[in-house]
Amino acid sequence: MVQDLVIILFGAPLAAALLSFGSRHSRTAEYGTVVAASADFVVSILLLVATLRHGSTLWWRAYIQIDALGAWVILCISIVYALSSIYAVGYMRLLDEEERLPLFYGLFSGFAFTMLAACVMNNAGVFWIAIELTTLISTFLVGFEREAESTEAAWKYIVVVSSGISLALLGTVLFYWGGSFVLGPTYAMTWAALHHSASQVYPPLLTVSFLLVLVGYGTKAGLAPMHTWLPDAHSESPAPVSAMLSGALLNASMLGIARFLGVVSGTSTSRLAHTAVVCFGIFSFVIASLFIVRQTGIKRLMAYSSVEHIGVQALGLGFGGVLGIAGALYHMLNHSLNKSLMFFGAGNAMRAYGSKEITDIRDVLRTFPVTGILWLLGAVGIAGAPPFALFLSEFTILRAGIAGPYRWAVVLFVIFLVVVFIGFLSHFRAMYFDETENPPMPQVLPGLVWRALPMWLSFLPVLVLGLWWPHVLWNAFTTISAEIMGGAR
Amino acid sequence: MFLAHVNSLQASIFSSLAILSLLLAFVMLGSHWLRNYVYAFAAESWLIAGLSAAVGYFGGYPELYAIAFLTAIFRGLVLPYLLMRIIDRLHVKREAHAILQPSSSLVVGALLVMFAFVIANHMNRQAPPAGYVVVLALTIMISMKFLGFLMLSVRNEAVSQILALLVLENGIFLGSQILVPGMPMLIEIVILFDLLIVVACFGMLVRFLLVHAGTTSSRELKRLVG
Repeated sequence: MVQDLVIILFGAPLAAALLSFGSRHSRTAEYGTVVAASADFVVSILLLVATLRHGSTLWWRAYIQIDALGAWVILCISIVYALSSIYAVGYMRLLDEEERLPLFYGLFSGFAFTMLAACVMNNAGVFWIAIELTTLISTFLVGFEREAESTEAAWKYIVVVSSGISLALLGTVLFYWGGSFVLGPTYAMTWAALHHSASQVYPPLLTVSFLLVLVGYGTKAGLAPMHTWLPDAHSESPAPVSAMLSGALLNASMLGIARFLGVVSGTSTSRLAHTAVVCFGIFSFVIASLFIVRQTGIKRLMAYSSVEHIGVQALGLGFGGVLGIAGALYHMLNHSLNKSLMFFGAGNAMRAYGSKEITDIRDVLRTFPVTGILWLLGAVGIAGAPPFALFLSEFTILRAGIAGPYRWAVVLFVIFLVVVFIGFLSHFRAMYFDETENPPMPQVLPGLVWRALPMWLSFLPVLVLGLWWPHVLWNAFTTISAEIMGGAR
Repeated sequence: MFLAHVNSLQASIFSSLAILSLLLAFVMLGSHWLRNYVYAFAAESWLIAGLSAAVGYFGGYPELYAIAFLTAIFRGLVLPYLLMRIIDRLHVKREAHAILQPSSSLVVGALLVMFAFVIANHMNRQAPPAGYVVVLALTIMISMKFLGFLMLSVRNEAVSQILALLVLENGIFLGSQILVPGMPMLIEIVILFDLLIVVACFGMLVRFLLVHAGTTSSRELKRLVG
C-alpha cells in the first residue's frame, strides 16, 4: 500500500514534467500539471495516514525511508504544489510567454519532484544531493522572466545557496567520519546509523559537524544572516514559483535541520545544538521584522515575512519538547497555506497595477472586491492574529519557550511579534484605505477564476485550522516528536 | 580506520599531495588572470586524483581507482574545458576590480589557514603518526573552505565565483579521500556528476547575465537591495 502510494507520489510530477517537455503544448502542460499536483495532494494525505498507522517503511536497501516526519513535510509540499499549479494556469498566461510555458511547467513539476524526493531520503549524503538539485532546477524558475532583475536574482540565488550548502556537505562528511570510528570504515549513512554512533563521537568533532550542517541547510532555509538570496529570489520569480519557494522549499530544508537535530539528540552536543538553532531563529525573526517595517516592494515584503516565519519554525525546533516540535510542524503547514495565499494576492495586485511597489498599489478593495478581502484577511493571519492558524502555532511555540530554558528568546520573540504585526499591517492599511490624489488605473485581467480559486482553497483551511486543532494532527505531532527526540530508528 | 596503520612513507605521500593542492589554491588566490585560475584548478584536481589512487593503493580500497579516474576526467579535463569556453565567450581576461589586491589576499589567506589549523587541532584526538595526517587533512578541508569564501567575497567576475565554488568543493573532496576512503562509492560518483550539472547551469546563467543584465561582474549587480 505505502509503496504504491510512493510510486504515484513520484510518478505524477515526473509524468507531468515529461508531458510538458514532450508535448510542447501549453494547455496540455498546464492541465497535466494541475492533475499531477492534485493527485500528489490526495496521495500525500493517504501516505501520512498510512505511515502514522503502520510506522515507517524502508525501501531500496534503506536508501528510502517513509517516516512520519517526512510524510508531514511531503503533505506541506504537495499542498503548495497543488495550489500554485492551479494559480499558475491563470497567472502564467498573463506573462505573454506562451511558447515557453511548457518549459516552465516542466521545470515546475521537476522542482516539486526534487523537493518530494528530499523528504524520503534516508541517507544524509543523498539528501544533500536532492537539496542541491532543488537549487539547480529552481534557479531557472527564478530567472524565468528573463529580465535584468530576475537574472540577477537567479545568479545571487545559485551562488549564495551553492556555497552555503557546500558547508552542509562538509558537515555531512565529518558526521560520516565521526561515525566511522564506531561503525567501521564503510557503512550506510542512514539517519539511524548516524544517531546510533553520535553519542560515541568525540564531542568537539560532533559540535563542528552539526554547526556546519546547520549553517548549510540554514542558508537554504533562509535563516538570517544567510538569508540574503531569499528576498531577491522570492520577489523576482513568477508568483506561483515564489509560493513554491516559500511554502515548500524552505520546509524541505528545515527538514534537514530537524533530521540532524534528531541525530545529535541525547548526546552532549544536543544542548548546544538547540541553543544554536534558537539563536538563528530569533536572529532571523528580528532581522526580518525590521526589514518588514521599512519595505517598499510588495513581494519583498512577503519574502521577509518568510524569513520571519522560518525563524519561528527554527525557534519551535530549538525550544524542543513535544510542544515546541508540534508547534513548529503545525506552523510549517499553516505558513505553507497562508504564505501561498499572500503570494497569490501579491501576484494579482502586481499584474493589475503593473508595479511591484507598495506605493503604486492603492484602493485594492475597489479593484478586487472578493479576492481583496481574502488577501487582507490573509495578511491579518500571517501577522499572527487570531482566529487564524498561525496564531495557534505561534502561541504553542511561545508556550514551549516559556517551559524551557530559553526565556530570553521568548521575550525577544514577543516584542518583535508586535513589531511585525504593526509593520506588516500598516503596509496593508496603506494599500487598502489610504486616500490618493491621483488613483492608479488598474487593468482588468482575464483568468480570475483560476487565480481566485487557490486563494479560497488556502484561506479556508487557515481559518478552520485556527479555530480547531484536530486531535488527529496532535497525535501525529507526538509521534513525530518522539521520532525526533529519540532519534531516527 | 586505515589511518591507524599508516606508516611514515605513506603519511608523507598523502601529506605532500594535500599540501601541494593547498598551495595551488594559493596560486588561484594570488593571480589576476582568469586562465591561471583554471590551470591551477585543473592541476589541483589531478593532484586529488593522485591522492585518491594513493589512498586506494595503500589502504586497499580498489574502488578508489575508479574515483581517481573519474576525478581526473571530470574535474581535471571536462570542467576546465567548460570554464575555458565560458571565459572565451565572455572576453574577460583578468579580474579588473578585485576588492583586495592579490598580495593582500595572500596574507589574509595565510591567516585563515592558521585559524583552520587551530580548529582542526581541536577536532582530532588520534595519536601520531595517524594524528598528523588527520590534522593536516582537516586543516586543508577547512582552509580550502575559508579560501573559497575569501575568493567569493573579494572577486567580482562570474567565472572567478564559479571557480571559488569549485575550490569549496575540492577541499571537501580532498579531505574525504583521506578521512573517509570507505564512503560508499555511489555517493562520491553522484557528487561528481552533480558538480558537472552545477557548472553547466552556471555556464547557462552566465550567458543570461550577459544578455539580460549586461554584465558578469557582481559589483554591477545591484538592482536588488534592501
